[in-house]
Amino acid sequence: MRKLPSNIPRTQEAARGLAGTQAFHDSAWKHVRGQARYIDDIPEPEGLLHAAVGQSSEAHARITAMDLSAVKAYPGVVAVLTVEDVPGHTDIGPVFPGDPVLTSDLVEYVGQPLFAVAATTHRAARQAARLAKVSYERLEAVLTAEAALEKQLFVRPDHTQQRGDPDAALADAPHRLQAQMHVGGQEHFYLEGQACLVEPTEDAGVFVHTSSQHPSEIQKLVAEVLNLPIHEIQVEVRRMGGGFGGKETQAAPLACISALLARHTGRAVKYRMARLDDMVQTGKRHDFYNTYDIGFDDDGILRGADLMVAGRCGFSPDLSDAIVDRAMFHADNGYSLGEARVVGHRCKTHTVSNTAFRGFGGPQGMMIIERAMDDIARHLGQDPLDIRKRNIYGPGRDVTHYGQTIEQHVLPELIEQLETSSDYRQRRDEITAFNRQNTVIKRGLSLTPVKFGISFTAKHLNQAGALVHVYTDGSIHLNHGGTEMGQGLYIKVAQVVAAAFQVDLERVKVSATRTDKVPNTSPTAASSGTDLNGMAALDACETIKQRLVNYAVETYGVNADAVAFANNQVQVGEQRFDWAEFVQQAYIARVSLSSSGFYSTPKIHYDRATGQGRPFLYFANGAACSEVVVDTLTGEYKVMRVDILHDVGQSLNPAIDIGQIEGGFIQGMGWLTTEELVFSEDGRLLSNGPATYKIPAVSDTPPDFRVALLAQSPNREATVFRSKAVGEPPLMLAISVWCALRDAVASLSDYRYSPPLDTPATPERVLAVVTATQRWVDGNATAGLNDEGAPSCTHA
Amino acid sequence: MIKFYLNGKPQKLTKADPNMSVLDWLRTEKRLTGTKEGCASGDCGACTVTIGSPDAAQSGQLRYDSVNSCIALVGSLHGKHLITVDALRDEPAHPVQKEMVECHGAQCGFCTPGIIMSLFALHTESAATGSAPNDEAVLESLSGNLCRCTGYRPIIDAGRKACVQTWEGNSGGTVLNRGAALSGPIAADSANAAPGLSGPAWLQSPDMIADLLKIQKSEANLRSHQGYRYNTPTTLASLRELRVQFPEARLLAGGTDLALEITQQLKDLPHLIALGGIEELQAIHEDDDGIYLGAAVTYRALFHKLAERWPHFGPMLERLGSRQIRNVGTIGGNVGNASPIGDMPPALIALGAELELDSSDGVRRIPLETFFHGYKQTDLRANEFIRGVWIPASATDEQLLIYKISKRMDDDISAVLGAFWLKRDGEHIVDCRIAFGGMAATSKRALGAEAALRRQPWNSASVSAAIAALEAEFQPMTDVRGSAAYRLQVAGNLLRRALLETSQSTSETRQPLMVTDYA
Repeated sequence: MRKLPSNIPRTQEAARGLAGTQAFHDSAWKHVRGQARYIDDIPEPEGLLHAAVGQSSEAHARITAMDLSAVKAYPGVVAVLTVEDVPGHTDIGPVFPGDPVLTSDLVEYVGQPLFAVAATTHRAARQAARLAKVSYERLEAVLTAEAALEKQLFVRPDHTQQRGDPDAALADAPHRLQAQMHVGGQEHFYLEGQACLVEPTEDAGVFVHTSSQHPSEIQKLVAEVLNLPIHEIQVEVRRMGGGFGGKETQAAPLACISALLARHTGRAVKYRMARLDDMVQTGKRHDFYNTYDIGFDDDGILRGADLMVAGRCGFSPDLSDAIVDRAMFHADNGYSLGEARVVGHRCKTHTVSNTAFRGFGGPQGMMIIERAMDDIARHLGQDPLDIRKRNIYGPGRDVTHYGQTIEQHVLPELIEQLETSSDYRQRRDEITAFNRQNTVIKRGLSLTPVKFGISFTAKHLNQAGALVHVYTDGSIHLNHGGTEMGQGLYIKVAQVVAAAFQVDLERVKVSATRTDKVPNTSPTAASSGTDLNGMAALDACETIKQRLVNYAVETYGVNADAVAFANNQVQVGEQRFDWAEFVQQAYIARVSLSSSGFYSTPKIHYDRATGQGRPFLYFANGAACSEVVVDTLTGEYKVMRVDILHDVGQSLNPAIDIGQIEGGFIQGMGWLTTEELVFSEDGRLLSNGPATYKIPAVSDTPPDFRVALLAQSPNREATVFRSKAVGEPPLMLAISVWCALRDAVASLSDYRYSPPLDTPATPERVLAVVTATQRWVDGNATAGLNDEGAPSCTHA
Repeated sequence: MIKFYLNGKPQKLTKADPNMSVLDWLRTEKRLTGTKEGCASGDCGACTVTIGSPDAAQSGQLRYDSVNSCIALVGSLHGKHLITVDALRDEPAHPVQKEMVECHGAQCGFCTPGIIMSLFALHTESAATGSAPNDEAVLESLSGNLCRCTGYRPIIDAGRKACVQTWEGNSGGTVLNRGAALSGPIAADSANAAPGLSGPAWLQSPDMIADLLKIQKSEANLRSHQGYRYNTPTTLASLRELRVQFPEARLLAGGTDLALEITQQLKDLPHLIALGGIEELQAIHEDDDGIYLGAAVTYRALFHKLAERWPHFGPMLERLGSRQIRNVGTIGGNVGNASPIGDMPPALIALGAELELDSSDGVRRIPLETFFHGYKQTDLRANEFIRGVWIPASATDEQLLIYKISKRMDDDISAVLGAFWLKRDGEHIVDCRIAFGGMAATSKRALGAEAALRRQPWNSASVSAAIAALEAEFQPMTDVRGSAAYRLQVAGNLLRRALLETSQSTSETRQPLMVTDYA
């Protein structure tokens, strides 16, 4: 018999690092030493080639001629491929068709890949790709959601959710307001750009290292493009340098193109997008054009609402159907709309196809109702927080416009707690007094809630698998379908496994996500990574534990309930065994110490025909109170203080959760303030690098930033250790910043005018509404006060 | 051949493409992949390294500055000590590493090596001066490091905590408890890390410093196999000669803009003449009449000199680029680049600065405002170079106000920059010079607005007249940073701000005028 490991740490102390503790990120020490490997850091295979693509210079055109001779002749170029060289599928749309891997015919956005180049250096590939001579026949380009609405140009049919008779409710309401707004898009700006490294295998297939949130989809698409069965393709993702939704579908084109080049040349191919190309060629958060028509009573309580959300999807469907759906599902945020209709449009434009981005349409949908809350308050001359509190879902007002009943009312109490802990009322008075005394600088304050539905709205994606091995030294190997993009998924699931066996966290090792370990995985998206993969891992652990219990029962003649896992030991009746010792016994007794695990989310359903159902297992909740100062001469502003109270259920790792909340908030703040995507009139992205596209920098972090987790709020649903998802919801806490900016500007009108501030609220847009507010005040000073000037418009 | 040190070890480069960035050299030639590429344009800081240079102000010790390696060209390493994150792999961990772990300062980890090196530079500086940095200094040190995951709070905390700790050598350091982390200790990469880099002593190794001082005195040249050249003259005479011999060669100062032609436009620049080796171009002279700054003086070096004389330079320079940019960017580069959105020219024009231009034909001095002919067009002759800038001192009745407006506070190019030099006699404007950046194809004086103010009472009526004049004399463009209408409105409002700022009496309660006043 081979010798079993003997040099094993033994302890009888309580296991450390379990679920619920503040374990460090699994790669923390590698991160700070520069030893965490990203795609471009992997040792390069011999003969490696570098890929780049030729890009369309037109937004909408037919290619009439494409001369690639200069590209092919450029020093270092080894291969140049066009769509005619693709052996399998040429459409790599993730859900619906519409995304050509390469095209030599119709181009529908500036930057669209036309041909692929492989060269001996990264620079040579990029330089060569610019040398093609392409002739186009220009076609009319539609660039905005409003233009697409006008032309009825959509990538998918529209969808409506309706509850009650909103038209009658609106007609009968004591007060009625209408408004429209533009909500800007957002570039992901993951610090690690899109990248993959593809090696040909000894068979016909390829091995793909990629920075992707969705390895299984890449596996399938590469197989289709190469015209091979899926099992010829293996995909591995160790980590991403940030994802945020931008690597859910957008990593696939790089993998497909690299695979084509790798099979064509027989050499390994790396495709790493330069930042400029990444910004131009990959999809972003959808910008939206939204409208509301709302009716409410004298207390500001909504009687009815007719809401329209129209997302600019770009040229192809990508994930836009689900994204606009989620905007619709969140057009109520945390408020009962009364009798309501919500219509969602998927606008087709000749721009890059917009894609998933943290919140997945939810944030853009929420903006319209948060705008409405402030507008109601200004209209009635009341504090916006009072209007919000009166409209929040509660017992008796608990059914959404899509028919889901809110079962756990977290928000009313959470808002009360935050109102108190942030000194909202006292600061409101101080700020109002300050604003009366100061002519140039104005302060603003706002407290806004977030209610975010957790589950993929595409029901079949709500499943996950895991693989757990226990080795004979008691160390545990964990693998699951989720990918690590910095959010701490690996450490959280490892903590779940450590807790399942009640052993120290160091005994658990997580390895790279691979399609040959756990198959048919869903993307790590929709905040679901821990919910799904944590439960799948737990399922695998329970299987192994059950086998160990059975072994104990058979061997020691005890009842199953006399076997317990605790303190790095296994207790069997009166006997205690060190964990590793017991594992070795089980191995000798030929007990399987490896298991896969599986989970599928219960209870969820949605009927698209009726627009009603229960799409979400539960809701994550939070609220933020933000204070800003605004310079009325220049529109510049600064966020001074932010208080956040957020509901993560029973936290699996408070430090990781707070990191998600703070990071999500700042990312949301960037989306609503300085991050501006500017396109030229011919459809070129002008803000195409960090010099012109400004994500928050270190000084933008509020000097006073207080983040707390809602105490004693376990998830009512049976999620992994009663935790709640945390990836996306905090992003929308930043809506409080935008509302606070409007509040500061509204002070110029003594809070009677609701400034029509579109986003991103750049200093320029803030100054524009300062001017509009001053004009409104001047107009009303001469014409006498009335209720008219405040927000109103007609529906599109 | 160029010579320098990498993580304590001497390096020589002979056949190298002068267009190669330090980052590409590290990642592709040395396969040291700890340093990351996030943007290749000097905007994100993921590639931050620390570069040590012999510094007279620190009695010949090496002064360590954070630098964006993606836009630093390999030739610029001549005579320097390059430190990358790879040097910090041994136990005990550096305090900034320990605190970044313990504060949960890394999520995806991609920006982390750059943040470590920026904080390493801050820690090294505070260790050298013996004073812990305040919060502003921590923020300033990180102004060029973007993080998309954390929201920065834990990184700021890590910086605060780390900079009050000493980095001990092998003998004494705290052994870190990695109890809850999955990864165990990581062995040093023996191939690349120098031995014994675990304490601060190697940073100031006397032998290395002596060698670097010797290297710096040597003229270094690089030549690639395709014939691309890189010269580092050490004397003005040699520079003059090179200018005559190679009028097509590009002059390289800090390179923070020039390098973008290589990394963003993918141009190959066949001949570069670097200015960093000439002592005269680093000169700073000052007396009662004014201050003279050599063309290669960096923003970092001129920061305090200018802010002491004209306090408004302080907040403006804190927002000019990032710390990494200010460590290498030069005043001569900012002027010579002739960008309409350069921040120094409007302020210098408002102060009546003169430019000193040098060539084999001699030296000439011209008013700075006459230097700019059009968009990126200047008065510089083919054989000339900018030798320095002379800024006349301001009298007690003269005041300089500078206001920078951009989307983001840190590291953002101005939409509008307004500079106002005012000479007042009680309530009247005796004389004034007003210049704007971002309002025309060049930094441009507002002559009409000046005329509307000169010899007028300094009050809101005069300012309104001056604003009307501004609207007549400027037709700014609409671009990614702002619309024409916004630029014009803000330019006028900055004049109002100037009036408010200068006329608020100190006795009454002053109201805040800028968001940065309110904290």
